[in-house]
Amino acid sequence: MAEIKFEEALKKLEKIVEDLENGDLSLDEALKKYQEGVELSRICTQRLENAKKKIDLLVKNKKGEFELKPLDETKAGE
Amino acid sequence: MRKNTRQPDDLFTPPEDSAKSRRIYSVSQICQRIKSVLENNFNDIWVEGEVSGVSRIPTGTTFFNLKDDSSMLKCVIFASNSDALKFELKDGIKVICCGYVSIYEKRGEHQLYVQQIEPKGLGSLQLAFEQLKQKLEKEGLFSPKHKRPMPYLPSRIGVVTSLSGAAIRDILKVLDRRFNDVNIIIHPAQVQGEGAKEEIARAIKNLNIFNEGLPSGQRVDVMIVARGGGSIEDLWAFNEEVVARAIYNSKIPVISAVGHERDWTIADLVADLRAATPSVAAELVIPEKEDLREKTADLSGALARSFLEISLSFQESIDDLARRLKLSMENAVKLNAGKFDSAGKKLALLNPEALIQRHKKEIADKAQQARIRLEHFLKLKQAEFSGIAAQLFSLSPLNILGRGYSITFKMPEGAIIKDAGLIKAGDTLKTKLHKGEILSKVT
Repeated sequence: MAEIKFEEALKKLEKIVEDLENGDLSLDEALKKYQEGVELSRICTQRLENAKKKIDLLVKNKKGEFELKPLDETKAGE
Repeated sequence: MRKNTRQPDDLFTPPEDSAKSRRIYSVSQICQRIKSVLENNFNDIWVEGEVSGVSRIPTGTTFFNLKDDSSMLKCVIFASNSDALKFELKDGIKVICCGYVSIYEKRGEHQLYVQQIEPKGLGSLQLAFEQLKQKLEKEGLFSPKHKRPMPYLPSRIGVVTSLSGAAIRDILKVLDRRFNDVNIIIHPAQVQGEGAKEEIARAIKNLNIFNEGLPSGQRVDVMIVARGGGSIEDLWAFNEEVVARAIYNSKIPVISAVGHERDWTIADLVADLRAATPSVAAELVIPEKEDLREKTADLSGALARSFLEISLSFQESIDDLARRLKLSMENAVKLNAGKFDSAGKKLALLNPEALIQRHKKEIADKAQQARIRLEHFLKLKQAEFSGIAAQLFSLSPLNILGRGYSITFKMPEGAIIKDAGLIKAGDTLKTKLHKGEILSKVT
């Protein structure tokens, strides 16, 4: 399932608020847009929740394949 | 000295018997001698001139000529000395060369064996920079059309830089401050010195290759190629063609951050976005999470508010409509009740029962009149008939009356009597004679 990107979700939400603020919608249409807006707002908020940080080094292992190795941050910048 | 003995090493000693014998040298001997003289006298010299006739052979050796208004000197740079040539040799460039003169015996040509070479008036690094910049610009590597847009909120950021040094430290610090859980992949690379340009180019390529193998939700969507500040020699790797091409060919958009506030490196020109320093790159690459949170909250609030307003206004409209509907219904009922009464009254007036009765009476009356008239008419006609019959009788040629016969009529009807039995006492009779009539009463 293709997830909508944050920027797209935010833009769509903006547009929906604009449409609702301009008035001129039937009650049916307004309700539909409102529901869509609630869902988009949820997607955006979720994306901004705090998750675990993930910093990796891209290295080649003994077999010559690519591998991700978690970075020990105390070592970076010494 | 022995007769007929040649001393080939000693060119400057006149032969013993100059009158009697010629000194004859081989070509090699002469050339050898020339070589010595040249190498002893033209060692470590600097020569200035204009470059022409440049040619490279597959082994990497470069041949060219140095010339001025009236003379020309053949030159050669061996591949082993190619480090000396930091820029591209082109006809017309004015250069200063350092080297030694010798003779290439096989062809009998003397040439300058160049060990150092500098463009006249411009540092060779600068010239190299200008040449590469023009070449790549012509190819379109700097074209704005090729530059890719940056993702608004990247899900994973790639970084190519040295693991030691300030650049990586600064980048990680700023990224953490702005968006504390962003995903980062670092591909370490040397950023100066021998081999740096290859390592940087390879790191960019490797990130691209690795990215292809990741599922689409975990891919790097932008990369920063960075190093801290330094001298022009320190950051020279970022002016190299191999790095420029790696950036151009990268499918992942590239932000360059070469730590020089003012000047742009070739890498900066090719990159999709240029940052003056690694910290700035980290700021350009991702928005602040708090900003986004605020924006989202604002929009959610506006969403709820505007929908509420719409609902309320619809509610008002509905209430108003309901009220008006009730009112008009009540009016309609009143109006119709009145109409109903008056219609009923009119209807009652129009009842045909009375009319029918009236007509019936008229018919009966008329029928009675008709009957009376008919009776009367019949009686009249009867009398007329009788009268006519009597006249006919009296006028008939037979004229029975003239013979004494008579007609008797019953009066008042005037009916002709033929049967005496029909007469009763008291009846009035009229007897018509041939002449005159007799009226009589029966006794």
